[in-house]
Amino acid sequence: MSSLLQLEQLVAGWQQPATIPVDLALGAGEIVGLTGPNGVGKSTLLAAVAGRARVFSGGLRQRAGLRLALQTQDVPPVDGLPLSGRELLALTGASAAGLPPWLAERMDCRLDRLSGGQRHYLTLWAVLQAPADLVLLDEPTNNLDAAGVAHLTAHLRERAEAGAGMLVVSHDAAFVEAVCDRVLVLGGRDVE
Amino acid sequence: MWNEIFLIPFLTGLGLAILLPLLGCYLRLRDEWLAALAYSHIAAAGALLALVGGIMPAIGGVVAAGLAGAGKRLFARRLAGGASYAVLLLGGWAVAVLLAANHPLAERLGHALFDGQLYFSGSEQLWLVAIGGAVALLFLRAISRHLLLANVYPDFFRIRGIRTWPTQTGFDVLAALVLALATMSMGVMGAFALVFIPPWLAFRRARNWQGGLLFALLVSILAYVAAFLAALGLDQPFGPVLALVLIVIGLVIA
Repeated sequence: MSSLLQLEQLVAGWQQPATIPVDLALGAGEIVGLTGPNGVGKSTLLAAVAGRARVFSGGLRQRAGLRLALQTQDVPPVDGLPLSGRELLALTGASAAGLPPWLAERMDCRLDRLSGGQRHYLTLWAVLQAPADLVLLDEPTNNLDAAGVAHLTAHLRERAEAGAGMLVVSHDAAFVEAVCDRVLVLGGRDVE
Repeated sequence: MWNEIFLIPFLTGLGLAILLPLLGCYLRLRDEWLAALAYSHIAAAGALLALVGGIMPAIGGVVAAGLAGAGKRLFARRLAGGASYAVLLLGGWAVAVLLAANHPLAERLGHALFDGQLYFSGSEQLWLVAIGGAVALLFLRAISRHLLLANVYPDFFRIRGIRTWPTQTGFDVLAALVLALATMSMGVMGAFALVFIPPWLAFRRARNWQGGLLFALLVSILAYVAAFLAALGLDQPFGPVLALVLIVIGLVIA
């Protein structure tokens, strides 16, 4: 299989199916956007690729030995935890090289003493820069200001040019337009 | 103080004062600080049960706590949200008190376990703490990164295919055995005080994780030495004196 990830008529969900059948092939160096209205199962599809959600039917194939990295909308529980940004990146094996200056200078601060936006970007960066072949991102622009979104857009393109594949769920149309090579729009389905 | 009668208990307690706050930092990371109290009570009940059954109490305490740590996950679904620790704590306390109330030998040991009389520690306990403590510290060091990763990025931890048993069951068993060892030497509340207060202060004050471990270690050793000398000089039970010293330090620093 030349693709990193291949979905064939994949239907995913939790207790019951939550997506329409989805076909997708994602190669190295490619960024695919996943959009659609709330409730169509975008995050569920991402969770199925990551092995969290259940596959009800269809096929899900990954290249042998594929290293995944997953960013979810869950906020890492760092309140009250004495963990610095530098230590956070070390946990996932991420490099600090390329961080925006407004964050690079705060790497030795505790995460719970950073602003919400700074903390979000750093926790996102720790996943984004972790050694991985396929990066799964769920609403990465949440809590980011314009400068953060611009930096993220540029960095995702650099990461893709270095060979990583990415599947990005986002409601931010401008971001999706700027960063993705292709966009898959999920439609609704009747939920029984 | 340098007489063997006092030196052996001092060194035994010092080993625990190094080990317990470090373990406590990881328990606090996992929001499982109540586990310390639960395992201590189970160890006390196990020790008393062993005594009544004619077995060495220390073996009973370690086995009971180890089984509780290993078996906890079997009931994880029914006892979610920290309920397992409350159940273990209440069960351990109930068994220990009932045994102490119905058996004269168990009553004496029960007092020692709940009062925290470190001065009764012998060379066997010192060796147990020295060897067990060194093994526990090496194990903690080995799984430290995975414990942090599993807490901060549980999904990332899982999808990278990292083996989960060392950071789940392995850590549970380690915590239970260390708490059992500590309970046999410095009592239920003395052990709990060293597991709870230094990490609590470290989490409030430290700038990073490594600094937090060092901070907890320093507070623990300082409080331990002060409490040992005070309890010895004033001829008081060690456990309550240690708890009071830690509370005072805690209120000043926090």
